[in-house]
Amino acid sequence: MTAFWILAPIMVIAALGILFVRKAVHAALLLAVVMISLAVLYAGLDAPFLFAVQIIVYTGAILMLFLFVLMLVGVDASDSVVETIRGQRVLAMLGGLALGLLLVIGLGQISLGTAVGLDEANEGGNIQALANILFSRYVFGFEVTSALLITAAVGAMVLAHRERLTPKPTQQAQAAQRVQDYAESGKHLGPLPSPGVYARHNAVDTPALLPDGTAAPTSVSRVLTARGVVRSAPALAEDIQEIDRQVGGAPHAGGRDAATPASTTEDAPATGDDA
Amino acid sequence: MNITAYIVLSGILFTIGCVGVLTRRNAIVVFMCVELMLNASNLALVAFAKQHGNLDGQIAAFFVMVVAAAEVVVGLAIIMTIFRTRRSASVDDASLLKY
Amino acid sequence: MIALHGGETIPVVDPTSADGVFSLLWLIIALPLAGAAILLIGGKYTDKWGHLLGTALPIGSFVLSVVMFFSLLGRADDDRQVSQHLYTWFEVGHLDVGMDLLYDPLSALFLLLITGVGSLIHVYSIGYMSHDPRRRRFFGYLNLFVSAMLMLVLAENYLGLFLGWEGVGLASYLLISFWQHKPSAAAAGKKAFVINRVGDMGLSLAIMMFFVLFGSTSFTVISENVANASETQVTILGLLLLVGACGKSAQFPLQAWLLDAMEGPTPVSALIHAATMVTAGVYLIVRSNFVFELAPHAQTAVVVVAIISIFWGAWIGCAKDDIKKALAGSTMSQIGYMMLAAGLGVAGYAFAIFHLLMHGFFKANMFLGAGSVMHGMDDDVDMRHYGMVRKAMPITYLTFAMGYLAIIGFPGFSGFWSKDKIIETALADNWLVGLCALLGAGVTGFYMTRMMLMTFFTNKRWEKDVHPHESPSVMTVPLIVLAALSVLGGVLILNDWIVDFLAPVTGVGAHEDPPLPALVISIIAVCVVAVGVALAWVLIGKRDVPREAPQDVSFVTRAGREEVYGNLINDTLVVNPGRHAVAGSLVLDDKVVDGVLTGGPMAVGALATVGRRVQNGYVRSYALSLLAGTLIVVLALLAVNLT
Repeated sequence: MTAFWILAPIMVIAALGILFVRKAVHAALLLAVVMISLAVLYAGLDAPFLFAVQIIVYTGAILMLFLFVLMLVGVDASDSVVETIRGQRVLAMLGGLALGLLLVIGLGQISLGTAVGLDEANEGGNIQALANILFSRYVFGFEVTSALLITAAVGAMVLAHRERLTPKPTQQAQAAQRVQDYAESGKHLGPLPSPGVYARHNAVDTPALLPDGTAAPTSVSRVLTARGVVRSAPALAEDIQEIDRQVGGAPHAGGRDAATPASTTEDAPATGDDA
Repeated sequence: MNITAYIVLSGILFTIGCVGVLTRRNAIVVFMCVELMLNASNLALVAFAKQHGNLDGQIAAFFVMVVAAAEVVVGLAIIMTIFRTRRSASVDDASLLKY
Repeated sequence: MIALHGGETIPVVDPTSADGVFSLLWLIIALPLAGAAILLIGGKYTDKWGHLLGTALPIGSFVLSVVMFFSLLGRADDDRQVSQHLYTWFEVGHLDVGMDLLYDPLSALFLLLITGVGSLIHVYSIGYMSHDPRRRRFFGYLNLFVSAMLMLVLAENYLGLFLGWEGVGLASYLLISFWQHKPSAAAAGKKAFVINRVGDMGLSLAIMMFFVLFGSTSFTVISENVANASETQVTILGLLLLVGACGKSAQFPLQAWLLDAMEGPTPVSALIHAATMVTAGVYLIVRSNFVFELAPHAQTAVVVVAIISIFWGAWIGCAKDDIKKALAGSTMSQIGYMMLAAGLGVAGYAFAIFHLLMHGFFKANMFLGAGSVMHGMDDDVDMRHYGMVRKAMPITYLTFAMGYLAIIGFPGFSGFWSKDKIIETALADNWLVGLCALLGAGVTGFYMTRMMLMTFFTNKRWEKDVHPHESPSVMTVPLIVLAALSVLGGVLILNDWIVDFLAPVTGVGAHEDPPLPALVISIIAVCVVAVGVALAWVLIGKRDVPREAPQDVSFVTRAGREEVYGNLINDTLVVNPGRHAVAGSLVLDDKVVDGVLTGGPMAVGALATVGRRVQNGYVRSYALSLLAGTLIVVLALLAVNLT
């Protein structure tokens, strides 16, 4: 019961968080909190199999699917706060409150008595006992779920499949398109420049410098620009000086790092897409 | 041991999920709230299994999980398709089927 | 025998079974019926020879009729009723109606008239309709007409008679509106049909009453038992039969269809006026003599209707410039004479039939003659556009003149004998009625002379491009035959032959002496007619007839041209109230009944207009209502569990 009293408030708060956070990713993470807590509760309720399934299926599979879809849809898509349907939010709150009160009052009034407990049922092991029931009494339902799962898999494939209506462009056509774009709008022919690379720092967020000392904006990812976390080269230089000062008496103050290759993780140039 | 607390928690979670479905507009979040409601009911089922001393409740919870998995697969595929055609995941945008 | 007051008796119908040549009785009806069936079903495949077949079959019937007529003459007086049971038509409860035919002197004469004159009209039609693309169909309808009329006069019970009666109505409808492409013809057909329905209602009510009173519709049964019915019942029966007769015979007040019926081709008019249709009413009354003899009030009604019709028709005949409509007016008037004679009872029945036969001859003659004139005048019917036609059409002129002399009652001609007898009988019965009949004869003389003068004499008024020419011999031969009959028809009255011949049907009347000697009455009648003729000569023959009808005429003429406002009366009394009632009930139906019925749906519709706003397309709104429902269910559960 101790686990319950610890986890219950966490779950309620996390659940309420789902209601109020604006970003879907945060909602998904809060849901994960609720689900893992639930798994723990299952363990406390003598259901070790469900504990495992809850973590593997729900937290592991379903929630990951959610995150995957969120990635496809766009991480930065957030809800607008303005309610479009008049009275919907107020009525929903009132209705939810009424339902909650009814449930809590109604369920709270039930005197269930002492639980029988699953010690007897789980005597030969919870999983064995579940398997006994599942493959005897519930075998038909179990088989039907297999049909359901196959149907769902096929359905998801059909829904997610996008029919190609035009032939796939060949490499030659793409090259021709590139040249044509350059001719029409002067769009740069080659790949985008890589960001500035500095020896001691992950500098994916710092634009490369052109020969005349100005920053090349296309050398950093669009996303970073949108977030407003792109840093300028002079600011970076100041940072380096600051670090040198903290380390204590750097031999070359304000000097720019030589263009040596960085570590592998920082090496990936944010080329962005062609669009 | 008394399971009333579990049941009440289940009710509270269910209600929160319910309100979430009604207020959130992002289809994916709405879907998460549906999952929350399913989980709440699962909790109640498992608690009742403990209360009655047999495993039928756990079996039921297991089936709910399977169905939820299937539902999420299809539901998310639908959301994907809608998003692909409408460039929006808001449930309010798909409101053409009306008077 | 039904004994009547005053020593008169009328015989009951008591036929013997048909044998010998009479077993072919059904063939008389069947021949033209087969013709109609072949021509109408055969369609265009019979176009080439249809008119010949359609003419041959009635002639076959005529030959059969003649043979049977002479066979009948060979029998004893009291053995001249023959019936043939063909099959049981239907049997419902106590009503057992057989397809029975009755052949007696009355039917015999009618058969001769219908098939004889009818055949002549068929022959004439071959020429008259030769340019009509639908001639085959026309002959099919003519055959149907003839066979229906034969059924009417041969039936042994009222239901069989009614079958023929309705067949005649149908055929007349088809023929009057034969040129259906003309809206006026289509309307005339409808009018005839509708007005006939009024008469038919009287007849069908009478038939129902016969069944209720006597349990049968057979002439035999009814004539045996009619004496047992109360006088009121018999009077009602008589009046109902009179309504039926008025409808078919175009008597006042159901006369309005007759003039519009002139929209049909002229042979149709001849057939309707001479051989079939309008004679059916007279036949009905004479055939039902056992009813009328027991209902003196009904007989009085017949006489009143007849006298009104005599003058009504004559009035129209005097004023109309349309030759066919003037002739139609004269028909109405002449049928009035027949009805008058029939209304006079036992003494008059034979003369009614006699006049009917004579009228059949001369009216067919004149109608076909008028058709011949129209044929030559490019289908112009206005007499004001004629004049001096006799030069161009000598045969038509001569035959028409025979008919003319017959209808005005020129001494020696057929009409003289028949009309004279009616006037005589009427005078013997009631001097006022007799005077009316006498006066009517004078008016007849006037309007027929007017027609004769305007058509064949006076100044030539036709247009330059009209070239009157004599009709082909296929048309003139029937005219000549009919003219001969018009002249010689009077021989039937020699030695009171027709009276004696019909006696087994109409009974023998106690001879009542007229107030004046018969010869004197004849002389007076001739004088009255002469006055009428002279008046016409003075008013029309001696002047130039204007080509356009003068408009500044007296009320009497205007009324005559308007058919004595018969249509106006019908419109005012029946049509317009009916129209208003229909409009009213339409409004009632639209507003009140539909309002009640559609009010609920309309309210639901209005409610739905508001209520459908709930379907706003937002899934979350629907989910909210789902939540509301859940709340209600949970509340209900709690309420149940807590109490």
